[in-house]
Amino acid sequence: MSSSSQVTESWISSFCGLLGHEYFAEVSEDFIEDDFNLTGLQSQVPMYKEALEMILDVEPEDDEDEEEEEEEDEDDDEILGDEKPSGYRRANDRRHLRIASDLSVIESSAELLYGLIHQRYITSRPGIQQMAEKYELQHFGTCPRVYCNSCKVLPVGLNDSPGHDTVKLFCPSCLDVYTPPNSRFQTVDGAFFGTTFGSLFFMTFSDLDIGGSRNSSTGAADALLAIQAAQQEVKNRRDATPAHITSINGVAPHNLAPGLGPGNIYEPRIYGFRVSERARSGPRMKWLRMRPADITELDETRRYWEEREEDGDRPDDDDLNMVDVQEGKADRRKKIVGRRRRANASGNGGGSPMDTNGVGGVG
Amino acid sequence: MDDFNSETDSDYTSYWRDWFISSRGNEYFCEIDEEYLTDRFNLTGLNTEVQYYQHALDLVTDVFDFDCDDDMREAIEKSARHLYGLVHARYIVTTRGLAKMLEKFKKSDFGKCPRVLCEAQPLLPMGQSDVANTSPVKLYCARCEDLYNPKSSRHAIIDGAYFGTSFHNILFQVYPAMLPPKSQRRYEPRVFGFRVHAAASLARWQADEREKMKERLRVARIETGFEDEDEEDEDDLGEEDEEMELADAFESAVVQH
Ligand SMILES: [Zn+2]
Ligand SMILES: [Zn+2]
Repeated sequence: MSSSSQVTESWISSFCGLLGHEYFAEVSEDFIEDDFNLTGLQSQVPMYKEALEMILDVEPEDDEDEEEEEEEDEDDDEILGDEKPSGYRRANDRRHLRIASDLSVIESSAELLYGLIHQRYITSRPGIQQMAEKYELQHFGTCPRVYCNSCKVLPVGLNDSPGHDTVKLFCPSCLDVYTPPNSRFQTVDGAFFGTTFGSLFFMTFSDLDIGGSRNSSTGAADALLAIQAAQQEVKNRRDATPAHITSINGVAPHNLAPGLGPGNIYEPRIYGFRVSERARSGPRMKWLRMRPADITELDETRRYWEEREEDGDRPDDDDLNMVDVQEGKADRRKKIVGRRRRANASGNGGGSPMDTNGVGGVG
Repeated sequence: MDDFNSETDSDYTSYWRDWFISSRGNEYFCEIDEEYLTDRFNLTGLNTEVQYYQHALDLVTDVFDFDCDDDMREAIEKSARHLYGLVHARYIVTTRGLAKMLEKFKKSDFGKCPRVLCEAQPLLPMGQSDVANTSPVKLYCARCEDLYNPKSSRHAIIDGAYFGTSFHNILFQVYPAMLPPKSQRRYEPRVFGFRVHAAASLARWQADEREKMKERLRVARIETGFEDEDEEDEDDLGEEDEEMELADAFESAVVQH
């Protein structure tokens, strides 16, 4: 411990070390110091400048303080011990007064600002990489759904502006969102993670095998059931989806909602007999966990074109929104993306509500 | 789990079952009536399932009077807990048992669905097998009709057979008013405000499956039980056409903007 400044924890690492802040990445100072990354945040955060200084552990810089520092430098040669010129002391007291009255405001502004920067950081290259490390270490936990086999989840927001919802967990295996198991996360604003991060993550790391562990069962009978289910699953999936298909809608078949589909849907039973769909208490929600056995059924673009090409009755280009597949993978045709009719009700007003074709379309 | 030790209970007001259901980790169990436990008919077949059956039953019914060493005592304790669980699975599908579990359900004693769109729907405990030592207890959500792992490791180790595969489904048959409305709302993965195509196309396919099911129910004149049917019909499927082909669904999505 040669220097006390090295021992002092930075604001950022102490913020990320707080109970309930386990999901946060430590945003690099480089990222925060690049003004471009902070565009538009000034108007969203009260006492923005002070908050930013707090995050970066910078002493407040106003004219008086600068004078002070000069004074202090001069004084250092002459004065030892605690005694200081009265001018210095007055300025110091004044600053302490200001800090005392504003500290809690600045502190909460700093947290808000950090959160909003964090939302942007985790969709940047270094940020998403840092989150990938946390994901691998299972810092965000696993999906509570039984059929997801403890698939690792990611923190997400349902809204990009703060004050709406707390942080949720997105499961890539069932494409659903869950409330974190521990109540300490129910004070963390979901906007600090944002709506984009979860999906962008799995587009960026499309080679990750998101299936989860396949050994959730313990007993012998269950193991047998699991094997049968797995065989059934393999039969249903691998057989039905042509083997040469490596990507559907930008996702490898085995990574498209692997926790859904045959074998992964709860079948209600009473004394071994299935509860009929026609019973009043019968199943109504299986669709939510369904997935076609042959997932090329989901290639709407191809299916659409196959039909259009035959009857030659395709709509004008004006009615279509064309998105190039930039990486030119399997499919060299131009992808057509349907404009959805609903102007996103739950959304954040981020552009026209249309689909994207994987990372290629998003850039 | 703490061991029940009647020797320290000088006044004997704390009976074994009171102790058991109030022990940490046993929050999912309800108290089985003395009458039920003492009717041998209800215990048919359990004598071969449980070691030291008679001693275990005596312990559970507070008539244990057997001088033995600590190891034996511990073994009997363990058997008593197992016996209680096996009887519990039978008891909770009786009228009284169902009523007791319903009260616990109403108080959310089994927790709430972790799925955001289920809006804290209370859960029910269930087993994926009726055979003991097969798999641990899971939680059933009647809103999304799916199974979840208990949050607490204390609960995650309880044998699912102590609740069984039928109880939660029977409860809603007996108390249909307790069925929550089903919701068609769902999470839509987005990137920079745009729907993710792979997830959106799967969601459209699933919505199509849902509409097929609803049509089957309409034909059979059965209520579908969805709270938000009308909205979603327009949102997701464009026109009210049933049995839309995927390509048609896609076309309508493309053209009708
Ligand atoms: Zn999941
Ligand atoms: Zn649910």
